[in-house]
Amino acid sequence: MSTATVVEKIPPLQVRGRVTQLRVALSEWTKLWSVRSTRWSLFAAFLFTIGVAALACAVVAHHYPHMSPHDKADFHPLEVNLAGVQLAQLAIGVLGVLIITAEYSTGMIRASFTAVPKRLPVLWAKVGVFGAVTFALMLPAVLVAFFVGQAILSRQHINTTFGAPHVARALVGAALYLTVVGLFGLGLGAIVRNTAGGIASFAAIMFVLPPLMNVLPASWNNAASPYLPLQAGEAILSTTPGGHLSPWVGLGLFAAYAAAAIVVAAVLLVRRDT
Amino acid sequence: MIEAHGLTKDYGDKRAVDDLSFTVEPGVVTGFLGPNGSGKSTTMRLILGLDAPTAGSVTVNGKSYRDHAAPLHEAGSLLEARSVHTGRSAYNHLLALAQTHGIPRRRVNELIDLVGLHDVAKKRAGQFSLGMGQRLGIAAALLGDPQTVMLDEPVNGLDPEGIHWIRNLLKGLAAEGRTVFVSSHLMSEMALTADHLIVVGRGRLIADTSVDEFVSRASGNVVHVRSPQADDLAGLLAATGVTIVAVEPGLLAVTGLTAPQIGEAAAGRGIVLHELMPQQVSLEEAFMDLTRDDVEFRAGTAEHPTEAAA
Repeated sequence: MSTATVVEKIPPLQVRGRVTQLRVALSEWTKLWSVRSTRWSLFAAFLFTIGVAALACAVVAHHYPHMSPHDKADFHPLEVNLAGVQLAQLAIGVLGVLIITAEYSTGMIRASFTAVPKRLPVLWAKVGVFGAVTFALMLPAVLVAFFVGQAILSRQHINTTFGAPHVARALVGAALYLTVVGLFGLGLGAIVRNTAGGIASFAAIMFVLPPLMNVLPASWNNAASPYLPLQAGEAILSTTPGGHLSPWVGLGLFAAYAAAAIVVAAVLLVRRDT
Repeated sequence: MIEAHGLTKDYGDKRAVDDLSFTVEPGVVTGFLGPNGSGKSTTMRLILGLDAPTAGSVTVNGKSYRDHAAPLHEAGSLLEARSVHTGRSAYNHLLALAQTHGIPRRRVNELIDLVGLHDVAKKRAGQFSLGMGQRLGIAAALLGDPQTVMLDEPVNGLDPEGIHWIRNLLKGLAAEGRTVFVSSHLMSEMALTADHLIVVGRGRLIADTSVDEFVSRASGNVVHVRSPQADDLAGLLAATGVTIVAVEPGLLAVTGLTAPQIGEAAAGRGIVLHELMPQQVSLEEAFMDLTRDDVEFRAGTAEHPTEAAA
């Protein structure tokens, strides 16, 4: 305990800057990497993409000699190789939701919006940083998964190559697809502002809605289903051309869904009390 | 400087802040006083633009907080509700806030030392005690070397040393010419720290006055006199402007005369006095009196059964 006459002084600050979009992005970069669960989710998505692909390829390579001619005809070496993306999308989507909802649940959002009271720069920075990190991480993951998976399949001489038709597009597309999945989750999270609600709405739209379409008359189902976010997005992964939506149109539609969610979130963000 | 004009905030059909106008001047510590639920925290959120007012406006250093190009240099704030990600370390929390304004890492370390969190700076904030959380919040508030400092219930959870430290810090900040606005529901705390008081109850302004004025107005002029000749003394002192109440046999409560006047009058007639005590109404009591009608949540008592039920 000091004596009563000692008056605390805070050291003066020499440099005085202003808030810029780039600085807010740097702040979001720090936020992204300084939480353990975030690092783990990204690491898990990276490992799933490679590990599940290797596992799926190994299983198929092992069973291939015993497969029926019908199954052999259906088999495509890239499709099995992208099995890991199915699991990775869950980790990335949930992380997208969490990046914003965890700020609400912990109260961090009040600190964020006090530092940046115009608010929108925070949302743009989250979209930019999380999108860039996801793509930068998932592209090498998908490529490593491809070369590992094809090496395994090559033992049965059932592999494909990077130069084969559709392969390069599907691989780069897979990384882009995962990026859009993450941003869609981010948009939904920013609208709902609640972790449980955000993850539930993400899972409902992505994974529950498609099988639910089966209750519709077949003609309606067939007409509508390709335009759902998941189906549209997955067109970019297809190895057999001639789907309902072409690969890039499908991914574009999925990206439009994500963009719509983010725009709605932006409008609500500036209007709502925190 | 903080200036509020007719500030009003409704949540649904509930009015949390009701036509509040006040000015918080630089160079002094201004206490923002009111019972729990009287709208202090809401007012502070309105000042920071976290909530939008239903009516009225408020400016910080002449501008709406949201319109400042570098808000952390204008106003530093500590909110009552925790505003920290529990999974992030104190250092990274401050760093992320600093980076939005291009404030260097050196500054983050400086403030961590200043608030005494050096040893736990790398620990996750979720593991912090209430007092450590308050220190972290105060570090965040001072990060931008702001002209205006606004703290919501800063002594909550602090140990006596921490409370002492905060008082000196606030006085120091005011002495440097900054605007210091501190809320509390404890009158005694404000009496030690603040120079000026803004008192609210149920969202309305009750008083906007200096602490000295508030104290003298609250104290009244009651003197207790104990005497074996209480009845004789009462007869002697009776005059216009003087009220005498017999508290118990042999004890009078006299209003309108000072203790020396009573003592001299008694001596002149040879009346024996056993006790002569000027009564200071405690600040806490004065505050309670002032805000009695404005306490929203009150424990049910026999006198107010319907209010408690409402």
